[in-house]
Amino acid sequence: MMLTTQQVSQLVGQDNFLSWVLQIVFLGIFVVFMFYGQRIQMYIMIREVEGSLFKLKMMRDEGRKVAINAINEIGKPQVDPTAQVDRFLEYFAITPVDLDPAGIIWRLEHLLDVADTRFKEDVRLMAPQADETQINNLELTLEVALILNDIYKVIRHFYLLGKKTLSLYVIMQVQMILPLIMKEAEAHASALKAVQLGQPIGDGAGALVAAKLMHDYEKTKIEKDCVVAKVPIEGRTAYVLKAEGPGGNVGKPGEAIKQVIEQSEGKISLAIVIDAAGKLEGEKTGEVAEGLGVAIGGPQVDKYKVEETALKYKVPVNAIAIKEDVGDVVSPMRKEIFDAADGVIERIKRLIRERTKEGDFVIIAGIGNSIGIGQ
Amino acid sequence: MEATVSMAKRISPFLLVIVMITLVLSLASIYEGIDAYSKNDSVNGNLFLTMGVTTLIISTYLWFQTRKRMLKLGIAMPSINTTLECAKCGFKNVREFQRGDYVFKHTEDPCPKCNEKTMSIGAIFREVKEKERAREVGYA
Repeated sequence: MMLTTQQVSQLVGQDNFLSWVLQIVFLGIFVVFMFYGQRIQMYIMIREVEGSLFKLKMMRDEGRKVAINAINEIGKPQVDPTAQVDRFLEYFAITPVDLDPAGIIWRLEHLLDVADTRFKEDVRLMAPQADETQINNLELTLEVALILNDIYKVIRHFYLLGKKTLSLYVIMQVQMILPLIMKEAEAHASALKAVQLGQPIGDGAGALVAAKLMHDYEKTKIEKDCVVAKVPIEGRTAYVLKAEGPGGNVGKPGEAIKQVIEQSEGKISLAIVIDAAGKLEGEKTGEVAEGLGVAIGGPQVDKYKVEETALKYKVPVNAIAIKEDVGDVVSPMRKEIFDAADGVIERIKRLIRERTKEGDFVIIAGIGNSIGIGQ
Repeated sequence: MEATVSMAKRISPFLLVIVMITLVLSLASIYEGIDAYSKNDSVNGNLFLTMGVTTLIISTYLWFQTRKRMLKLGIAMPSINTTLECAKCGFKNVREFQRGDYVFKHTEDPCPKCNEKTMSIGAIFREVKEKERAREVGYA
């Protein structure tokens, strides 16, 4: 049934053509939102994820490009490393069975050792002219590129799945955590150049403190990829240890601490572990906090080893955390974090004075990536 | 160090259509509101002006959101500083980071103050703008 202009005017209560067109349009919008509101919301979410995905793709491509350029520049390979880099970016590691958790730590450690050796060997093949420090930095660059590739692929998966199924809940779960994922991806993207050039990163805060303490003292290598120095502090003897720098390397501080405790037959009065820790929103970057326990992040193998050895020899373990944002961990080290190192050293001295006697032995372990930090 | 910036050239046509529709609707509604006022019809005048101004705000907001998203695309590379310290006189010199720099490295740069042959790297860091630092701590 067709309505005349007059009938429409009576229906919408206006006597002006433009008025009733507007009324109908606004009523139409109201009806559309009533029935298709959720779908429109979903399309907006999909667009938002698409925008972020575009940015993630750009970061992934940049990571790949930076890695290939760095290998060509430093490693001077005979053949084009692009295919090898692409293969590296698709690496994965399968975690050990946790249905029977007995012995999982040792199985995990073995897996991590194999992965580390494999990564280093691959980088050596890709960049035959690179020295040990450069190999470590190139490995770290490739790892950052691999993380960016993984993030991109996971978000792409949920985006395409959401589009395919048109399920609000599939797209909503990725849209809700997208700001946090983007923050982490942006941090890794800004870390690309930093690790390629060998600049210190936020994660190296603990290693920096140890480096400041052991500088000018004789250093010896200790398992694995760590260095230890005997440093006199406040009339006590401190075994100060960190991952060997300045190449990108975290070492195995758990194994190193275990060896030092066992070599001294457990005659350690205090162990202090310093590491970078995630700050809560509102806390200042570079804030220092003290606590108890083993402040070692990562896959927990090192933390487990220190806890086991400390328990066996009844060594009290203290922790000092340098607070930083998750984005600062892999980004070039901020001035606030760098400046915090001197404050941490003062705290270490106070802890030693308060908790130990003169002539005692203590362990000071600076945890974190030693990239750009010598000793 | 150069910043890698790549702008998104494509603006969503879907969003563009929505922005255009809301803009046209808002202008028509404002016109209608003014027209109604001129005829002493304050009820319709209020209604159309409210609708018009609201849709105008929404369309402007949508447009700025698109611009903001475009500007945010890109990887910003911060500038990194290296502090050189003279072990003899304690003079400090800050320069831009150079490949191969690392903390405690002895460089071949002579001290500009006492002419000591080498200086060592005391710090490598990036500085964050005051505005960003203030935003971190929020209200505190």
